[in-house]
Amino acid sequence: MHESKKNLAFIDGSRLIAEALVRAGADTFVGYPITPANLLYLYASKRFPTMLAAPDEITALQWMSGFAVAGHVPVTATSYPGYALMVESIGMAAMMELPMVIVLVQRLGPATGTATCGAQGDLNVVFGTVSGGYSIPTFSISNYHDCWELSAKAVHTAIELRTPVVLLTSKEMVMTLQSFDWSNLPEIQTKKVKHYKGEEAYLPYKADETLVPDFLPVSQNKHQVRITASTHDTKGILQNVLPEAIENTKRLEQKLREHIDEYTTYELDEQQGAEALIITYDISSQATREAVVHLREKGKKVSLLVAKTLLPIPQVYVDIANRYSKVVVVEENLTGQLRYLLFGVAGRKGVSGVNGIAKMISPTEIVEEVMRNE
Amino acid sequence: MSNTRFLTDAQLPFCKGCGHALVAQNTEKALQKLNINPLDVVLVTDIGCHGIVDKSFLTHTVHGLHGRSSALAAGITAGLNNPGKKVIVFTGDGGATIGMQHLIGGAHLGFDMTIVVHNNMLYGMTGGQPSEFTPYGFKTPTLPEGSTKPGYDICELMVAAGASYVERVIGIGDYSDSLTKAFTASGFSLVEVMEICPSYGVKSNPGMKLSKLVEDAGWNVKVYADGKGKSFKTPINSEPKSLISKKFEVQPKYSSNIQKPISIMLSGSAGEGVQSAAEFLAKAAIVSGLNSTKKGSYPVTVGVGFSASEVIVSPNQILYTGSPVPDVLIITSTDGLGYARAAAGRMKEGVIYIDDTLDAPETGARVVKVPFRERVGAKNSAMYAVFYAVHHEKFYPIEALKDVFLSNKIAEKVNIESLLQF
Ligand code: SF4
Ligand SMILES: [Mg+2]
Repeated sequence: MHESKKNLAFIDGSRLIAEALVRAGADTFVGYPITPANLLYLYASKRFPTMLAAPDEITALQWMSGFAVAGHVPVTATSYPGYALMVESIGMAAMMELPMVIVLVQRLGPATGTATCGAQGDLNVVFGTVSGGYSIPTFSISNYHDCWELSAKAVHTAIELRTPVVLLTSKEMVMTLQSFDWSNLPEIQTKKVKHYKGEEAYLPYKADETLVPDFLPVSQNKHQVRITASTHDTKGILQNVLPEAIENTKRLEQKLREHIDEYTTYELDEQQGAEALIITYDISSQATREAVVHLREKGKKVSLLVAKTLLPIPQVYVDIANRYSKVVVVEENLTGQLRYLLFGVAGRKGVSGVNGIAKMISPTEIVEEVMRNE
Repeated sequence: MSNTRFLTDAQLPFCKGCGHALVAQNTEKALQKLNINPLDVVLVTDIGCHGIVDKSFLTHTVHGLHGRSSALAAGITAGLNNPGKKVIVFTGDGGATIGMQHLIGGAHLGFDMTIVVHNNMLYGMTGGQPSEFTPYGFKTPTLPEGSTKPGYDICELMVAAGASYVERVIGIGDYSDSLTKAFTASGFSLVEVMEICPSYGVKSNPGMKLSKLVEDAGWNVKVYADGKGKSFKTPINSEPKSLISKKFEVQPKYSSNIQKPISIMLSGSAGEGVQSAAEFLAKAAIVSGLNSTKKGSYPVTVGVGFSASEVIVSPNQILYTGSPVPDVLIITSTDGLGYARAAAGRMKEGVIYIDDTLDAPETGARVVKVPFRERVGAKNSAMYAVFYAVHHEKFYPIEALKDVFLSNKIAEKVNIESLLQF
């Protein structure tokens, strides 16, 4: 019997994600239907203060940007085909410094692939979203607790850093029903966008040492607001190569790097004496946790890193990996996208991957790879 | 009419003689007639020559992507949700071409905003390529032989899409009254301002008169819709209910003797209750103090073909939710057999419960044939099969499943006794 389990619910992850997003401060959901993100759309229509159905994904992102300009914190949920259409607008929102969250529910590609099959195929797509290599802070969900905490973290990061944020998940996490003890879910603090309070003329892109400019929505009529997606000075006026404008563009990445410790979150389970480290994220995390249990039962010493903040890649992941002679990166894609981001084309001696598509990676496959050559 | 300035004193940033300057000046005048505070106005500009006008306006200004200005502005006006604010979009014929969907959508939904299309019938900023608005015979630097097709009639399109106020004007002289009417109309309004780009249009079509050209193109200079349309109201859910209410909680009441996780696959046909039966199977496990997971598989057309579900019940926390090889496989129909055949083939042990009208698949599992469909009919076959399997496999007490079943409204329609034929 579950003596200790007081609040065992039978739910899917979408429910936790939608609830947490709202509690954290998101107030508008703009949706366009796509499998496997449809439960998020459904729950959002019941839970968000405002829910709008957009006629396509480009429109969805543009409406969201408009809502953000008016002072709201919008969210959408999509899958790769929709994300691809959103890319130009996400770059626009990043340049305009608008807070928003895009929940990207991964499914099997390429192209329309298989809508009802999960995957972890979109990390490199998100990595390359913004022209110039600028980052979109990206979190990935490893279990139901993350559905709750990382959804809130995504909204908070979007608000605090005035940036679009991607919340990466997969079909399995948002559609499968699971028994879950939700009695230990932490309270979520509701955040609001920080507004400019000064009397002098407002400079929409003038930042203090935090590198994040104060915001003002176009709903107020005390100060003029200028927002632009083109290279601009601190006034928000289009400028081509003015040093002030170039500095402003550089600041977009600098602000994300400056604050990275505040939004870096991961799970590190190190075993004393272990020479092997398994790194995973997203939907492969639970299988990896299970594999770690099996390996330790067999007497194999092994450590585990579940990456939750994926982009920009926190340096600490590389530092941790460098402490191990053997590193296995587990992810449900063909080419090893996180492995590539961590170790590059050249790779590193002792680094290998457990990869696959069209089915979840099983604990057995992970155990085999860790035990290979032992 | 106020004398509030909406434009700075600086010279407008356009080529000499460009009609875009007149659009800016007429916009200022039209707003002055409204006696509105410049900071209650949001000007959203598109990409194109007109889009560099932002710095000259004393309103709020937002400058986005090519063609998307009207979608961005729709978000702004919906986000403001305040009839006291004016949202104005400046776009060119190029922006209107690439963003036509947003114009149609905006008119259709009635977003409170005004689109001012600067139609000079070519892409000015990029060197004078034709747009979808380029009329028959009109020449551009990249199309010196002249267009062989007519241009869009945006006014007709907008009327068809449901715009509230629509007017076409020749972009010469004072047309601020037309803009004032558009700005005061409720809902979505659009004014198409006809221009010729002196740098590319005039050079390619020497001696051509704008009004003649418009007439020859069959475009009427007139009011197409009178401004009495509906305006979009942003839906506000003032009392949204939490998604994580107590009703999703399941209280353990029984206990189970299973020592390890058991994975059960239920495979049948759409419309035969497979997904609810699987959900009951998983829920009853929780009622029995176990953990469980349930996922569905079905074709995208959910109402036809196979319907399958994988359930794991476990005395421990379930981490990995995959179950490549089921311990128990339940097949209730031909569709179900088709889908489950591969899984059956992977089974080296365990048991398959299969409707007795079906041929047993190749498998290492023990096969038990049961007349599921015959006893309860196709519609209840999956539910019955789940009762049958729970009874024989003893994952947990059958009472748990009965409780879950009886607490659901399906119990009003299906007699539980029919499901208890073991
Ligand atoms: S290129 Fe043509 S449209 Fe652009 S500013 Fe000059 S005259 Fe106007
Ligand atoms: Mg043009």
